[in-house]
Amino acid sequence: MQALSELIGQAASQIDAASDLAALDAVRVSYLGKKGELTARLKTLGQLPADERAAAGQEINRAKQEVQERLNARREALEAEALEARLAADAVDVSLPGRGSSIGGFHPVTRATLRIEKIFRNAGFGVRSGPEIEDDFHNFTALNIPENHPARAMHDTFYFPGGDLLRTHTSPVQIRSIAKEGVPIRIIAPGRVYRCDSDQTHTPMFHQVEGLVIDENVSFANLKAVLHQFVEAFFERKAELRFRPSYFPFTEPSAEVDITWGEGKWLEILGCGMVHPNVLESAGIDPEKYTGYAFGIGIERLAMLRYNVTDLRTFFENDLRFLRQFR
Amino acid sequence: MKIAESWLREWVNPDLDTAALGHQLTMLGHEVDAIDYEGEGLADVVIAEVIAVEKHPDADKLSVCKVSDGNDELIEIVCGAPNVVKGMKTPLAKPGVHLPNGMKLRKAKIRGVVSNGMLCSAVELGLGDESDGIMHLADDAATGTPLVDYLQLPDAAIDLDLTPNRGDCFSVLGIARDLAALTGDDLKDPAVAAVPATIDAVQPVELIEPAGCPRFAGRVIRGIDPGAKSPVWMTERLRRSGLRAISPVVDITNYVMLEFGQPLHAYDASLLNGSVRPRLASAGEKVTLLDEKEVELRDDTLIITDDSGPIGIAGIMGGLSTAVTDKTTDVFFEAAFWPQDFMAGRARGYGMHTDASLRFERGVDPEGQGRAVERATELLLGIAGGQAGPLVVDSAEEHLPGRPRIMLRKDHVTRLLGLDIANDEIARILEGLELSVEPHDGGWKVTPPGHRFDISIEADLIEEIARIHGYDSIPETTAFAQSPLETVTETHVELERASTSLIARDYQEVITYSFIDAEANMAFTGIESELVLSNPISSEMSVMRGSLWPGMVAAAAANVARQQDRVRIFEASKSFHGTLEARTEVLRLAGLATGSALPEQWGSKSENVDFFDIKADVEAILLLASQAGEVTFAATEHPALQTGQAAEIRRGGVVIGVVGKLHPNLAKRYDLKRAVYVFELDARAALASLAPSATPISRYPAIRRDLAVIVDDNVTASEIVDAVAASVPELIQGVRIFDIYKGPGIEAGRKSVAIGLILQETSRTLTDDDADTAMAAATSKLKDKFAAELRD
Repeated sequence: MQALSELIGQAASQIDAASDLAALDAVRVSYLGKKGELTARLKTLGQLPADERAAAGQEINRAKQEVQERLNARREALEAEALEARLAADAVDVSLPGRGSSIGGFHPVTRATLRIEKIFRNAGFGVRSGPEIEDDFHNFTALNIPENHPARAMHDTFYFPGGDLLRTHTSPVQIRSIAKEGVPIRIIAPGRVYRCDSDQTHTPMFHQVEGLVIDENVSFANLKAVLHQFVEAFFERKAELRFRPSYFPFTEPSAEVDITWGEGKWLEILGCGMVHPNVLESAGIDPEKYTGYAFGIGIERLAMLRYNVTDLRTFFENDLRFLRQFR
Repeated sequence: MKIAESWLREWVNPDLDTAALGHQLTMLGHEVDAIDYEGEGLADVVIAEVIAVEKHPDADKLSVCKVSDGNDELIEIVCGAPNVVKGMKTPLAKPGVHLPNGMKLRKAKIRGVVSNGMLCSAVELGLGDESDGIMHLADDAATGTPLVDYLQLPDAAIDLDLTPNRGDCFSVLGIARDLAALTGDDLKDPAVAAVPATIDAVQPVELIEPAGCPRFAGRVIRGIDPGAKSPVWMTERLRRSGLRAISPVVDITNYVMLEFGQPLHAYDASLLNGSVRPRLASAGEKVTLLDEKEVELRDDTLIITDDSGPIGIAGIMGGLSTAVTDKTTDVFFEAAFWPQDFMAGRARGYGMHTDASLRFERGVDPEGQGRAVERATELLLGIAGGQAGPLVVDSAEEHLPGRPRIMLRKDHVTRLLGLDIANDEIARILEGLELSVEPHDGGWKVTPPGHRFDISIEADLIEEIARIHGYDSIPETTAFAQSPLETVTETHVELERASTSLIARDYQEVITYSFIDAEANMAFTGIESELVLSNPISSEMSVMRGSLWPGMVAAAAANVARQQDRVRIFEASKSFHGTLEARTEVLRLAGLATGSALPEQWGSKSENVDFFDIKADVEAILLLASQAGEVTFAATEHPALQTGQAAEIRRGGVVIGVVGKLHPNLAKRYDLKRAVYVFELDARAALASLAPSATPISRYPAIRRDLAVIVDDNVTASEIVDAVAASVPELIQGVRIFDIYKGPGIEAGRKSVAIGLILQETSRTLTDDDADTAMAAATSKLKDKFAAELRD
């Protein structure tokens, strides 16, 4: 009969040679199975003298244990290999694009509008809106632009039969908001406005945002501060502003505001001023007690500057190749 | 308005170069649009006389000229201008001269003839935007003189964008006055010495409409030389101001208007019949104007009449019948004060816009009429001779504007500007603007001069102070009004959030016009719009849209035409409904999808978008407002949609939107070949919601049971789900349809529907018996309601 140590050595080499789990199992059966060689040795213990049995039994059990350990180690190695192989087969080309849908985006004018809204909301301004089909009173008269006022000629107005019109600016929202909420008031009102003008630098529809603050002791100095801070917040950079005297019937003093753009060039970006006493009075506010400022910003102009858009008309062509740049 | 810098400097001459002058004007509120520098680089251009003109031997359109530049030797020049004639005076650029347009002149052979320079047009010299040949200078231009000396160049034409409130600034004097107030430089005295009358001739004027014509200054000048020419200094100033020279009388009226801002009219005095009477026109009266057009008058229009009838529209344009001509020897000058109320909008009403109407609409100095006539008289006598009658100024004082005395309070200046300006500085500024100022009780009583009719209230004065003191000097002081915190509502979902959801589902926002083609509006809404613009840009943009779809479908079509096959767009904006008298504006959220459901990719099959793709997008938005209740989709008919693939969306019985497949006929009209799916929601209604209110989650397990029934094809999924849910409402937490089958094994006209029920109780674990009971109840309900057969 083979020495146990020899048998272990033989088992070890068969274990090492097993190339897969099935082969390994066959080795296990041939040594540790019911009819395995080591199992058979245990069965022969009875033939030994009684005083030798215990020692021999221990020896066989140690041998079994050693073979079992080797089997286990080999199994783990084979399993790891198998897993490795399976995972390798699972590898994907990670450079392929992901499956499913893409995303869209806001129109750049909306993007700019939302940005403006956020900046002013952070400063405590409410956001308001008003009708786009307006009456003459709210668009003109209440804003100190009586009939036949030359300023009406500056607004190329779209009219409906009967005299109602498409609002030419967002300023009517001033009047409606004061009427509804009273003063003090601190609001902006973005929206569509319309002028009967269409060429390279004008579209018949565009967007403005109106601002209005009325309280006791609101001053031109406050207006200058808020607009300067707004412009720097919007463009995320230091900006030099130039307030230039101008004329709007609904503000006095009035100013147009330029910013430096490019090389020392001044570029007009908005109009503003202190709310005209006639506007306050027609809204039922006592101009002796209250003062206020108002401003009107062309959103397309800001969007063009912010997003490097050179042709106003592209905003309304809705070419997806253009719009997708603003995701 | 354009003015010549040299003319302005004659009135006030601050120590500033042209650019700095322009900057100061801009900062005064008279925005400089452009400065055209004229006459730079023309130092070597001289005045030449054309001595002889012969045809070029080898070119029909060229002439060979002999010209004199004042030296003995004549210069031979080949000239292509059609207007070159013997004896004319014209600018000559000799070889070596650089012209402002970049041209460098050389001796050159032109078709075999040597040309020793060039006779120049105004455009070539940078002295105008158009020319019809070489410049034709006056005969008195001295041959050999540098052109710049003759024309008094260089100079700059300053183009100002004047604001409509400053009628007083539509003149050299007006701008000079404002500039002098800013810089403190002396202003030339605008007074004009009276020209003594040498004859008695007077043209009678009757102010029969004194409110419309409270002042009328007139003067007759007889025996002028009809052949006289305007001097070059005058024609040049007119040209730099954008006006063409016509004849001395007309040029003088223009010149005085530009100088003082008071428009004048000159009549041929011999053609006037009887008294001149300004009055309002009767509707339907007619007059033929200087431009030879006959105008039918409205009764809001001031006209000038004589015994023959209307002879001109006041302040807009004179009439043809009494116009000065090249034979006129007797002139009647008119300088009237037509109040703004009678002028505003009138010229525009006739489709006209003249230099005179521009000024009268914005207002002129009610005290400037006599001066203007004196000035015109002085100029005319100097240029064309003649004998002047007396200046006659008819006034209706009670109709002339008064001069308000305005109280100015120091603390109001400080309050409005946020800047404390010293008292003496305030007084100095106002006096510099020719306002009279007297201190009074914490402020001043201020009276503006006649030409500052725009100043009537305290705020007007504060604006003037700010303007002259400088907007730059006002500090920036942060302060916000003490209005209360804004509520942030949860009664509706913010539009931005809904838009963001669509963006996350691959929709790109577009902005389309609010006004669209009437026919497209009809085709998409089935309603003829009553909101029709009176003056649309074009018929394609003439009615207010009743739906966002027409604009979006057109945008999709334009993109498809640009090879963008897959289009997914949305718009969040208003549609307009009702009549002009009873109209509503509805904020809408609309979407459109056409082309493949997913972008082309390796990992998914390319399938065209279908009803259930876009419905999922709509449901996703509606889920944002799920607190407001369940939404139902019911088959509907819609003018823009294909029947059978169109659904009306309701929540709580209210229609909140529509979704469906664009009718193929409409798609075809836009050349859209692949199916187009669209939705449109009433954003306010669809996004109205509530703050969520939590209910406890059941700690007991749920049981799922499935059943399959066969029902008629026309039984809808939502009817089945509703019926099942209602069968044992206390146990059934959810019902979902997980399969629909039609085909072999199911008789035609019927379908098999597989339904999953989720059963759960909040207080106990359900038993199989509970589940069996619920299934039985659901099954019997389906049998009763839809004659459903249970399928094994």
